[in-house]
Amino acid sequence: MSLSADKVNDFVVRFANVNGTGSASANFLFTKAIFRMGIYVTPKNIFPSNIQGLPTWYEVRVSEKGYLGRREGIDLMVAVNPQSMLEDVASVRPGGYFLYDSSKKLHKEYIREDINYIGIPLMEMCNAAYTDARQRQLFKNIIYVGALSALLDIEFAMLEGLLAEQFAGKEKLIPANVKALQLGVDYVKNNFKYPLDIRVERRDLIGDAIMIDGNSACGLGAVYAGATVAAWYPITPSTSVVEAFSSYADELRTDKITGRKNVAIVQAEDELAAIGMVIGANWNGARSFTATSGPGVSLMNEFLGLAYFAEIPAVLIDVQRTGPSTGMPTRTQQSDILEAAYASHGDTKHLLLFPSTPKECFEMTADAFDLAEELQTPVIMLTDLDLGMNDHVSQPFIWDDNRKYKRGKVLNADDLEKIQRFGRYLDVDGDGITYRTYPGTHPTKGSFFTRGTSRDEYATYTENGAAYQRNMDRLTKKFNTAKNMVPAPQFYQDKNKSDYALFFFGTSTYAAEEAMDLLKEKGISVDAIRIKSFPFNQQVDDFIKSHQKVFVIEQNRDAQMKSLLLIELGADPQKLVSVLNYDGMPITADNILNQVSKSLSPSLNKVS
Amino acid sequence: MTYIRPKFRHPELPKNKLGYSVDFYEGALSTLCAGCGHDSISAAVVEACFDLNIEPHRLAKLSGIGCSSKTPAYFLSNSHGFNSVHGRMPSVATGANLANRDLIYFGVSGDGDTASIGMGQFVHAIRRNLNMVYIVMNNGCYGLTKGQDSATADEGSKSKAGSVNPFQAIDLASLSLELGAGFVAQSFSGDKKQLIPLIKAAINHRGFAFINVISPCVTFNNNPGSTKSYDFVRQHVEATATLDFVPEMEEITTNYNEGSTQQVKMHDGSSIRLHKIAQDWDPQNRISAINAIQKARSEGEILTGLIYIDEELGELHEVLQTTDTPLNQLTEEVLCPGSEALSEINAGLR
Repeated sequence: MSLSADKVNDFVVRFANVNGTGSASANFLFTKAIFRMGIYVTPKNIFPSNIQGLPTWYEVRVSEKGYLGRREGIDLMVAVNPQSMLEDVASVRPGGYFLYDSSKKLHKEYIREDINYIGIPLMEMCNAAYTDARQRQLFKNIIYVGALSALLDIEFAMLEGLLAEQFAGKEKLIPANVKALQLGVDYVKNNFKYPLDIRVERRDLIGDAIMIDGNSACGLGAVYAGATVAAWYPITPSTSVVEAFSSYADELRTDKITGRKNVAIVQAEDELAAIGMVIGANWNGARSFTATSGPGVSLMNEFLGLAYFAEIPAVLIDVQRTGPSTGMPTRTQQSDILEAAYASHGDTKHLLLFPSTPKECFEMTADAFDLAEELQTPVIMLTDLDLGMNDHVSQPFIWDDNRKYKRGKVLNADDLEKIQRFGRYLDVDGDGITYRTYPGTHPTKGSFFTRGTSRDEYATYTENGAAYQRNMDRLTKKFNTAKNMVPAPQFYQDKNKSDYALFFFGTSTYAAEEAMDLLKEKGISVDAIRIKSFPFNQQVDDFIKSHQKVFVIEQNRDAQMKSLLLIELGADPQKLVSVLNYDGMPITADNILNQVSKSLSPSLNKVS
Repeated sequence: MTYIRPKFRHPELPKNKLGYSVDFYEGALSTLCAGCGHDSISAAVVEACFDLNIEPHRLAKLSGIGCSSKTPAYFLSNSHGFNSVHGRMPSVATGANLANRDLIYFGVSGDGDTASIGMGQFVHAIRRNLNMVYIVMNNGCYGLTKGQDSATADEGSKSKAGSVNPFQAIDLASLSLELGAGFVAQSFSGDKKQLIPLIKAAINHRGFAFINVISPCVTFNNNPGSTKSYDFVRQHVEATATLDFVPEMEEITTNYNEGSTQQVKMHDGSSIRLHKIAQDWDPQNRISAINAIQKARSEGEILTGLIYIDEELGELHEVLQTTDTPLNQLTEEVLCPGSEALSEINAGLR
């Protein structure tokens, strides 16, 4: 019994582990080795909100074609967690493989006739080879990586090389790890036919790509953007953004001799304080940001309204997770769109950015600071758990040394000398963007009072309805100005060719791109747009208008992006068809294919 | 309130060392009620800054929401001001201070803004020893919403409408001592002589300087039975010492009786001189200060003056080891690692 044909560089392996047993580094070793063999590989960590003991999975998709989205159907299950084994057996696709610890006999309820079993006595082997309890636990993971290298034809030298890098400075740990790898290899070679029909073959597909998680890319982007103040409150899945910023800053922003830092990072008492600090720092002329997730954005609403109304730059990275409320804190979703777009009471609107790769996380974080300062308003970057916490194969980061920070309309002492009367909220240029000053600029000119209450063009408190309305209208004008400053959408065709189109953003991108290929194989050609920002510009409007049916792909229940399109563009609701995914797992191409096919030919049953 | 402030100023108004007369330190016309204690505090701020030769643009004034938080508009109109959201001034001040360590941060809050909605932020600003002045204009009630009790209203205090507050009061001075604040003072808006030197000392203190100022609300909490009325406070204020703030350059010219004067050196070379009348605690000893304030409370008295000072505590920038240059003045050349460093980072991710 086997899968229909040899599947070279095209399969999914899932590891079922127990949280807190050291499996993460072993599983990453497996992924990185395949990456180093020049093949596209996409790992997804499916982890519980727990420190130790609950089931955790690590799913790795290998794709010759370069598909980086999740794919359903497990070809090989590495089952080392008895708690989830029943579920794990069931999730293997017919003809697939089930690798398990055969130290104890597998009970008959775990036996399926249509899958292949690979029993390796991991525990026995560990107990025989190691005496220390922690080592026995850790090396069990390394042994199965060794076994997989033989089963899937992963180059052993690649694994050895990675171990040497991992333990640089702690070289004496290397031999014991290599020994564990070898134990796995030998066991497979002595007991099974190898390699399997699913296997890897060295390629040169990925060029100079890198592998990194989106949160680290955001943290690095903030360093490059010149952020000097970060304030945050720990919350999954955003925590590693500021942690990455902090560790890059330790390396890149610290005086090697004095230890003094060109950066200040404060773990705040809550998200309210975090955004308050960001606003205070930006008001005072430092680039400052925070990172949080949905519950934090809820708490930050009042301050976001202040920053919108008082026109203070702020950068907020929202790594979305499954809501509402505490929801599923360790699962992904794109469900903060409306909350972020209209955060706070009263009439408010905010700029949004939607990165879909680590490279974009890096670039858009830098862009966010420019936009926030040029437009003197909060910019919210909506990434998510899938992008933020999983490693992704990504194009390398690029920084143009000629790039200059765009600090926006800020008057210095000389500028102030030249003007008669400074009006903080006076629209001198007619683009809705006014001039500001930092505290401490000039002894007698340029001071003003920042407030969340209504004021006139000269920042003087007023309850005059006309003055209030003038100001609100100017803010609208400014928002319109922003439309041509935010990153433009990506089109997948030079000219529209179809009546149908896919509309997607963020982490739905990989699956949507793959779905386009799958649709093409079925003879359905669609146009596609990937938006990168809000407010929507004319191109987005035109694209929707020029198609009969636009499939809006998003990962939430309520079709929030669709709502935003309806509200902001007045798009025809009949035209926008939602393709939704909200089970907390990243959307798959098959899922999109099914929903789109169903809508295009209602008679067609499930396509897979 | 005064509706029209005369624009005329005596041409020979005394000038300070910067050549500014006191009117340069004033702000917009107050819109608070006539006789409001807060206006007296604003006046004290103006005088303190004038005396200290502060360049107004080197000071940033911040506040939350409430009557007290409106006051930054009424002093130092040549300073940038930030009237933020209710109870959140400390976080805004924290961010501002991190961005530029060279300015003076002058925070104004009220008892609702600090002891209720903003308690969390107040407490954490103390915990981080943020270098700022934090004045609470404490009247025990919510003025803008017409006189509800605040969390600092004393148990048993009677409101204008006749209701008696059943809850224990949060004593902000005790709390800040407990939390480890390095400068804790208490005063009364009606005692300008005491308040001005306290404000001066607070500005010169490195780290978090807290002044709790009892500032009666003439409209909603100045009735018989209220423990925050002018009459009650005047009768129960216990000023056990007078004090002077002595700038660095000034020589000591007056002789005080040995033993009755305590001099506290500040980190910048200036000093505070306390002239004790009946002060029986050591303001440089936290336990002694806590005991004194608790003892006064138990006797129904309001202890005023400099309660506690510690000039040795490291402020937030020292803890974070930030560079001496204000972060908002670091240039792109210093901040951006550039493409070469990025190539190395990329290489490490392959």
